[in-house]
Amino acid sequence: MSNGREIILGRIREALQKPAPKHHSPTESSGHGHDSTGHDSTVRDWLPTVGPTFKDHVELFRKNSEALKTEFLVFDSLAEAGSALTKLATGWKMVGIHRNPVLESLRPALENAGVRLLFTDNGYEKAELAACDAGITSCECLIAQTGSALVTASTCGGRSLSVLPPHHILIARREQLVPDLQAALAFAKQKFGGSYPSMMSFITGPSRTGDIERILVLGAHGPKNLTIFLVP
Amino acid sequence: MSSPVQEFKSMAKRYSADLRHRGLIQKALSGYYVKRDENKARYQSWQGAREMASEIKYEAVNHLDKYLLEFVQKTEARGTKVHWCPDGAAARDAILKIAEENEVRSIIKSKSMTTEEFHLNHALEEKGFGVFESDLGEYIVQLRHEPPYHLVFPAMHLTRGQISDLFEKELGSQPTDSPEELTMIARRVMREKFCEADMGISGANFAIAETGMISITENEGNARLTTSLPRIHVAVMGIEKLLPNLEDLALFLPMLATSGAGQALTCYNTMYGGPRQPGEIDGPEQFHIILLDNRRTEILADPEQRDALHCIRCGACLNVCPIFKNVGGHSYGTTYQGPIGSVITPHLRGLQDWKHLSGASSLCGACTETCPVKIDLHHHLLRNRRNAAKEKPVWWERIAFSGFVMLMKNPALYSLSLKLGRIGQIFHPLVDRTPLDPLIAWTRSRTFPNLAPKSFHQLWAEKKKKS
Repeated sequence: MSNGREIILGRIREALQKPAPKHHSPTESSGHGHDSTGHDSTVRDWLPTVGPTFKDHVELFRKNSEALKTEFLVFDSLAEAGSALTKLATGWKMVGIHRNPVLESLRPALENAGVRLLFTDNGYEKAELAACDAGITSCECLIAQTGSALVTASTCGGRSLSVLPPHHILIARREQLVPDLQAALAFAKQKFGGSYPSMMSFITGPSRTGDIERILVLGAHGPKNLTIFLVP
Repeated sequence: MSSPVQEFKSMAKRYSADLRHRGLIQKALSGYYVKRDENKARYQSWQGAREMASEIKYEAVNHLDKYLLEFVQKTEARGTKVHWCPDGAAARDAILKIAEENEVRSIIKSKSMTTEEFHLNHALEEKGFGVFESDLGEYIVQLRHEPPYHLVFPAMHLTRGQISDLFEKELGSQPTDSPEELTMIARRVMREKFCEADMGISGANFAIAETGMISITENEGNARLTTSLPRIHVAVMGIEKLLPNLEDLALFLPMLATSGAGQALTCYNTMYGGPRQPGEIDGPEQFHIILLDNRRTEILADPEQRDALHCIRCGACLNVCPIFKNVGGHSYGTTYQGPIGSVITPHLRGLQDWKHLSGASSLCGACTETCPVKIDLHHHLLRNRRNAAKEKPVWWERIAFSGFVMLMKNPALYSLSLKLGRIGQIFHPLVDRTPLDPLIAWTRSRTFPNLAPKSFHQLWAEKKKKS
């Protein structure tokens, strides 16, 4: 197998000796004011607009959440967020969670609800995590443009916590809301640089499928419910 | 065994006469059109985005050796084991070896069309490994022992009733006509498989040279679980999946979602770079990437059609293709259906055996117009036809065309043939739709129109005379 590499690279280099033309279909060669020298333009020139202010971003995130069936809750204080979390968690037996400052500040709220906390930081039993009523995680960013959250394996409780329990509660701080995917990727690049986590995931709404007659069903294999708290 | 062309003809004939099937496909796609158009309309310029996506892919594909090496070096530095596989057999052997060396018992898969190219499930099952497709649509067609019907919607040809019957027979579940209940049945079955599996096999939608990461797009969360719970993760990707930079995803992820399923963004878009890293609490101990050529370099070697390697497998060209909508996905007999399948299969599996797919086209150009990375699809179909005729001319076609040329060049001969035709058509009803009918290929399912009583030439001359 060690020569598989040489075989493939050899084939590629031989093939690339002949340059390829750029095909331009005559049907849409003009009309969008973009000349084909093109790389001065950025994806921000083409993708959906986001709006300049923080308020715009919150509104857009709210609108996207509604379409995605994400429950998006904005709080003016941690105390308010705490009582909402207590209400949500009442009746639950166990939730998966990980160690993180913002989650720590909401811990009393969960204790008030009387739920057991399963911390994933030092490892966990798959079956036990699967049996949790919810998984609570922090995030790296919220993305207004798409209504997404970015989570990673190294900072948000591992790979499974955000996808194995049937309900995912994600806690984000205001300053984590960024306008678009490009900003989120730039943030990740700056934060992690050469040592990226082994997994980084953009989560956009609760798990879904349309595989049966293209009819939307939530909770295919991942969480059926996604609740996002935006806290100060 | 009948040949691919005979198989295609008989399946296409059967499917296109099946009105129930056509109704089902049209209904499924009508929702897609609405959502796709809604989301496209939100772009400041969809055409600008296409142009940019095409430029980025052009750069990656035309410097493929450079970006592949950068990707491999970056990902190996993070502990990934990369397997360079010149063909499907090499990929199959590499995966079997990983499974055997690690004493794997149960394997969970998330959606990968690339593994269909070398019939991986079959090979694994033959060696005694249990393999479970976790994507709902893939699981359904796996239970039916069928290949995926569509490269994005594998089970779009089935009704909930058929799926309920299937689950009742194979899983012993209660019959139901609720898609939600059917989904929950599959979820329960798969939960067990996820927790038991010691190896997860996934595909890859993109590979980022800059970071050495792959990116997987999915809605269900099954790929997330496939890559989180088992102790080994094997990702299978074609060598053409590369993108130069991390920020390219900001363009490609939304475009794939909009073209593929009419969404603004797919539910999970996840980047994977290596096995569990130091300090991480879970994830696989081993991460393998299978880099598959399997004659993709044949497409690369054809500069005229090299842009077919831009393909991001969104399936948009299938969804707009009048041929696909009538003959359905299974008629093609290929891993990749629709216009893109018709373009690349002759390169992947032999021009002469698969040239008929390039003939099965109305050349309407809907595929080219919808393609998010601007592959010149319908012209490639013409190029395949030309190449096939040049490589191996068909004797009767040559005679027929030289006869046609002679006829068209000679006015006297042309008008004589029209006259003969008008006489001939008087007798046509006697043989219409019988094996003696010289027009049987047309009249089998259509009415042959009568020639006009007078030709344009005659009408023009008469008009001139009058005035």
